[in-house]
Amino acid sequence: MSFDYDKYIRPGKLPHIWCPGCGHGIVMKGLIRAIDTLGLQKNNTAIVSGIGCASRLPGYMDFCTLHTAHGRAAAFATGVKMAKPEMNVILVGGDGDGTAIGGNHFIHACRRNIDMTYIIMNNNIYGMTGGQFSPCTPTGAKASTTVYGNPDPAFDVAKLAIGAGATFVARGTAYHATQIDKLIAEAIQHKGFSVVEILDDCPTTYGRRNKFKSVIEMMNRLKDVAVPVKAAEKMTAEQLEGKILTGVLYKEERPNYTDEYAKVIERAKK
Amino acid sequence: MEKTPANIEIIEKYCKGCHICVEFCPTKVLEMKGFVASVKNLEACIKCMQCELRCPDFAIKVS
Ligand code: SF4
Ligand code: SF4
Repeated sequence: MSFDYDKYIRPGKLPHIWCPGCGHGIVMKGLIRAIDTLGLQKNNTAIVSGIGCASRLPGYMDFCTLHTAHGRAAAFATGVKMAKPEMNVILVGGDGDGTAIGGNHFIHACRRNIDMTYIIMNNNIYGMTGGQFSPCTPTGAKASTTVYGNPDPAFDVAKLAIGAGATFVARGTAYHATQIDKLIAEAIQHKGFSVVEILDDCPTTYGRRNKFKSVIEMMNRLKDVAVPVKAAEKMTAEQLEGKILTGVLYKEERPNYTDEYAKVIERAKK
Repeated sequence: MEKTPANIEIIEKYCKGCHICVEFCPTKVLEMKGFVASVKNLEACIKCMQCELRCPDFAIKVS
């Protein structure tokens, strides 16, 4: 049966602005299916973003939404969660918005373990502003600001999140569409700060500069590079060379910020 | 797989012609007709939903 996405999308908002073949639409569909699976209510769910192509996502969603300043999704979302701890708060954005401009907000949201879910669409570049390199642009790759190849090593977003204290970290890809909703649903259910990195494609500003002949080539790369964590356990170091692990990469239980802050309020009242 | 024939709806005003649905359909049901996707061989559809799942533009519905 065809899935009814329309009941979660603001009327008249489609077609969206994303370029042909951009994976952001695939991620948005995954998010919608996750929300549907969990039965989240529109008036009790906030979707918050910063700036960038991926950050346009909340504008299409018929929920409580906030489109904020560049890199500041986590800060605004924290405000929402503190004011209304019973709300489901979901952050969405790209790799540049999340790990460069918003890098500080990102690591501290992880450290605080505030009960929100952050979906990072990592397409290795700043798409909207003209293809500048981001902290997630691979070494050697071309961007409008690294025309001779990027000298920097890229962030591993998942490792960054785990290192900073996020208590649920998962990774999927835009190619593996059926997995996206499952990872997001599990992340939303997790009590604490959960991060879902989706390896995404930007055919317009990344693909063209980096010798991908088509969207299909980019999708096939995602298909080939991904190795589920379970499968990786049985693989040798050589076999894993150049591969990227997908699935739930990390999970722990730890006190979360809103619960701990409620205790502070209780103590202050005494 | 169900035996009832599939119904594939392509919303042409949403389709951006990315080829994803055509490429990843396991039974080659779809083709590009000019700028937009179109159904070439409906009988071959096994309703696996791969095209509907992967279309970034909400442009395909399979039922
Ligand atoms: S520029 Fe890139 S990231 Fe932005 S909508 Fe187009 S393909 Fe997607
Ligand atoms: S995947 Fe969607 S947007 Fe792309 S060609 Fe097929 S119907 Fe059109």
